[in-house]
Amino acid sequence: MSVRVLRPGLLTTVQDHGRHGFQRVGLCPGGAMDPVALALANALVGNPPDEAALEITVIGPELLFEVDTLVAVCGAEFQGSFPHNRPVLAPAGTRFNVGRAVRGARAYIAVAGGFAVDAVLGSRSTYLPGQFGGYEGRALKHGDVLPLRDDHAARRFDSLKKTKDGSVRWSAPPLTLPDREPILVHVIEGQHFASFDSNSQRAFFDTVWRVAPDSNRMGFRLSGPPLGRPQADEILSGPTCLGSVQVPPSGVPIALMADHQTTGGYPRIAEVASADVARLAQLAPGGKVHFARCSLEIAGELRRDARARLEAALRGIAWEYQNRK
Amino acid sequence: MAKPRPLAVIPLGDSAAYVEFSSTLDLEVNSVVQRLALVILKRQVPWVRDVVPALGGLALHFDPDHAQFPAKPLDEALALVTDSMKQALAAKDNPGSEVELPVCYEPEFALDLNEVAKKAGLSPEEVASRHAAGEYRVLMMGFAPGHAYMGGLDAKLTVPRRTSPRAIVPAGSVAIANEQTVVYPYAISGGWNVIGRTPMVLFDAARARPSLLWPGDRVRFRTISRAEFLALQKNP
Repeated sequence: MSVRVLRPGLLTTVQDHGRHGFQRVGLCPGGAMDPVALALANALVGNPPDEAALEITVIGPELLFEVDTLVAVCGAEFQGSFPHNRPVLAPAGTRFNVGRAVRGARAYIAVAGGFAVDAVLGSRSTYLPGQFGGYEGRALKHGDVLPLRDDHAARRFDSLKKTKDGSVRWSAPPLTLPDREPILVHVIEGQHFASFDSNSQRAFFDTVWRVAPDSNRMGFRLSGPPLGRPQADEILSGPTCLGSVQVPPSGVPIALMADHQTTGGYPRIAEVASADVARLAQLAPGGKVHFARCSLEIAGELRRDARARLEAALRGIAWEYQNRK
Repeated sequence: MAKPRPLAVIPLGDSAAYVEFSSTLDLEVNSVVQRLALVILKRQVPWVRDVVPALGGLALHFDPDHAQFPAKPLDEALALVTDSMKQALAAKDNPGSEVELPVCYEPEFALDLNEVAKKAGLSPEEVASRHAAGEYRVLMMGFAPGHAYMGGLDAKLTVPRRTSPRAIVPAGSVAIANEQTVVYPYAISGGWNVIGRTPMVLFDAARARPSLLWPGDRVRFRTISRAEFLALQKNP
């Protein structure tokens, strides 16, 4: 049995933690823009953290669950009558009508047992530019039917302790959602930082940048004062990474996101600390961000702290599944 | 010439590093970088997820959540490179495969052949034959999956990129700019001068080896007719 798409929303794709090991042939890892929210959504329905879920973007879908399904929604807050950040049993015939995002931009809808879509090059993630992975290599459309891998996985819900109305009384913390904007994102100086003039360097850190409307899973264009050209001669094309902030001749910085190009010829002014990439991914077009410089050591600490917070949350959820009968 | 050596280890954020060998394109240096990348890949370092040889150096992409991820990854990255240098320098020739790509240079596919010929002061036929006579090497892959930057272009064919990029370059388009040649794996936007097209599928995620070209591969182009192109397109 399956989940039927009654309305696809703005951009709904199947995503997991991505495919690694192919950057040398130009294929980025891709995967969930907010892997923290994905891991939480999976844990809430008793899945391993890297199971594939639906990544929904800014305007959510309407889904029909054709069989009893254990579901969790994590990440951005969307309008709709379903609870976020906790496991919810959707009895057969339930319609899940997800509205607009009211805080954050992306959420993950995980189902217990996962969706029965084939892995391509080791991942179920949809890679839109290459049209492969996920559900037929594309965003979901009206009428799509996503089969579940395990029709009985909803029984996991039986093992959880519930209140009188049949729901659980606890929830997962929204680890990547902004409390207020502009959000603060830490960056490490990029390879070409020093070749930008001091005005551009200062402007990069002083500006409250806005995510431009033409941003997508490949990159976020940042609206603000255009940055000047670096003084260096022509730059040899070289590798980029998730979170690289490139400055093309227009002076409009682009932060590379999950489906980024693996090499680039534009100067890189900075790289987003990996701990902050998922929070940046939660900005919708128009969302505001400013950048704070940090050392590699601090970036490492931020990453370990973020990891520890996620692991504590995952342990808490796993404990509910194991110890409450 | 002096032996290539790492000049700098540059952080690519906190989860990757770029080990720079040269800030300009040097084919000798690139050849060492290609061999080095393979030596490092074979070592299967558990916290290194990806090794990306590039024009002037190589990137190591880390798995920072791995239990063995070191406290000082840049130092470890440099040590890894230094330890692998001897083996890389000892390796003979280039480690890549030899790949032959059939290309049709006929006008239907060679969107910019006349313009290139004009700029180069050659006839369109001569541009095609010079391009097909070349021996190329994959110097770096990027821009799109399966998209290889190949060096070895005939110096007479050195032309700049188009002033206005095309919104869509057909898949399989063989193009040149500056001192390199590329083959577009998908129909994507691009600014290189298109002088032919291959019927081969450059990247197919469903194949065990998804990419036709890999870093370090030696590539030759074989001229085919339009009829051969269509036949190969049907039965690759």
